[in-house]
Amino acid sequence: MDPTSALIVRDLTKGYPAPSGKWTEVLRIPLLELQAGQQVAIRGESGLGKTTLLHIIAGILEPDSGFVSVGGAAMTGLAESRRDRFRAERLGYIFQTFNLLQGLTALENVMLGLAFGKGADAKAALAALDRVGLAHRAAYFPHQLSTGQQQRVAVARALANRPCLILADEPTGNLDAARGREVIDLLRESALALGSALLVASHDPQVLGSFERVIDLAALNQAPPQEEER
Amino acid sequence: MLFLLIRRGLRQHLVSTAVAVLLVALGMGLVVSVFVVRAEAEQSFTRSASGFDAVLGARGSKLQLVLNGLFHQEASPGNITADDFQQIKSLGVVDRAIPIVVGDNFRGVRLVGVSDDFFQNLEYAPGHDYRVDQGRPFKVGEKEAVVGSLAAHQLGWSPGTTFHPFHGLDYNPNAQHSEIFTVVGVLAPTNTPADRVIWVPLEGVQRLGGHDPATFTELSAVLIKFKPNAGAAGLMLDQRYNRQGKRLTLAWPVASILADLFAKFDWFETALQALAYMVAVVAGASVFSAVYSSMSARKRDLAILRALGAHRRFLILAVLGESASIGILGCALGFGLYALIASTVQEILRTRVGVLLEPWAWNPVLVWGPLLMVGVSLVAGAIPAWRAYRLTVAEGLSPLS
Repeated sequence: MDPTSALIVRDLTKGYPAPSGKWTEVLRIPLLELQAGQQVAIRGESGLGKTTLLHIIAGILEPDSGFVSVGGAAMTGLAESRRDRFRAERLGYIFQTFNLLQGLTALENVMLGLAFGKGADAKAALAALDRVGLAHRAAYFPHQLSTGQQQRVAVARALANRPCLILADEPTGNLDAARGREVIDLLRESALALGSALLVASHDPQVLGSFERVIDLAALNQAPPQEEER
Repeated sequence: MLFLLIRRGLRQHLVSTAVAVLLVALGMGLVVSVFVVRAEAEQSFTRSASGFDAVLGARGSKLQLVLNGLFHQEASPGNITADDFQQIKSLGVVDRAIPIVVGDNFRGVRLVGVSDDFFQNLEYAPGHDYRVDQGRPFKVGEKEAVVGSLAAHQLGWSPGTTFHPFHGLDYNPNAQHSEIFTVVGVLAPTNTPADRVIWVPLEGVQRLGGHDPATFTELSAVLIKFKPNAGAAGLMLDQRYNRQGKRLTLAWPVASILADLFAKFDWFETALQALAYMVAVVAGASVFSAVYSSMSARKRDLAILRALGAHRRFLILAVLGESASIGILGCALGFGLYALIASTVQEILRTRVGVLLEPWAWNPVLVWGPLLMVGVSLVAGAIPAWRAYRLTVAEGLSPLS
């Protein structure tokens, strides 16, 4: 196994039972590889399986077959509790809808990113907030922040544990163009600074245009085309 | 972080949390009150037998004799003669025999005629004698009185106060005696019914104006204390007065007579227990509702936690932590409620009967009551916790992402 690989996905398949009861394969990925520190965007329209792919890489879902390794360590075959631990320690995950916990302050939300791995550490969380320029908003609750600031808190949370791989699922989906651009720039700069690989799934041309390497999921995915959207 | 999330969960659904906490408090307060007040009341009554083992009186109900002689409630079933008193006093097994006479009051506070040896080394509890705190004991043959501490407080009396007694056990403003009594002492508090009466010499009651001269030497009852190690004394006297004799009744053993009294209220206690358990069940349902709705509303949050690496067990702990917190907060409040109920009952018993309830005396329900309520809360949280455990990240995040 290549220790410089941030991500290897090989011969991965995933299917679901369709409403008709018929088993439907939604993902068949022969190979997807990211080197350490590499930044890649995956292009794909809604329903093509972007989120499913990211969930499998994150260990949230198990593939039906195939192999996934993150940072040189195999994710597939691990028990769920080990995958949870793995995710907490090695991965950062950014959602389209920010997914901050509303009752927690910005600092506490970032601490959550550390809580299940290295352990909640207010100092490290504050440093992560500082990296995204929001240390002065540490005590603010999400509803007291702008949408752009909320996504920056989400970025800080994903980066707080200094992951080897950051997964971002439509990270600008809820932002206007200017703020979207800011967040992507921030994400790329932060990932670069930490040496983390970055995999962004998006269908936003502006986002895709900012990456040197863009993978088309429709071309990567060998699963037969779906008749209806999942 | 777990505690932070639990606190946040409770605060986010403050109203349903508060209602659940209040219901748990009510359940806890009622369960503990029903068990402790019942047990402690019986023990307090037994403790308050004022140091006497038996009461000898006219033929009648033993309970009436105990209530009249020791608790200064009810009327005497009749009178006994001075010879009866001398006879029992002379028995070798009897350590102390204190004659009493009742039949008069001052504005509802009972006058009890008693021999002066009542104040001489007579224990109402081990190591505690009846003792005059302010002033001195009354003199035999004089119209003097020693007032129980509670009665003194209630009437505002102190040594030097004078009063005209009223005839009868119940207060009748038109039945005032002409004789004037002077308070010469106040009894030190005993936390027994002795605190709520006015003690006067035997003759003080026997020879009041209007009383039948034929009854001047008669007594209402004799309070008896057996000699230590006179184990069979009660049995012997029970045989003599209750089985062979027909004129007198020996109320013995006092504890058993009081237990019979409390047994008459078992149905009421059972009904109260059923009510308390029902409130506990309703409290459990309320905890379930609060935690279930909180969990449902926070499915997304739980999914986010999972996505950030939280194990399923963490979610179970978070949900059960919420329900346990409701239980613990409810129990803390429940103890407050219990303290309120107990102090109210304590005050009523102290002022009306002279019996001192000890609400914080050891009783197993003080441990199993809170454990029961926290257990009920945890059981109520089990289904929401199971749902949290089963929640998938995709399911939790699906509506928006």
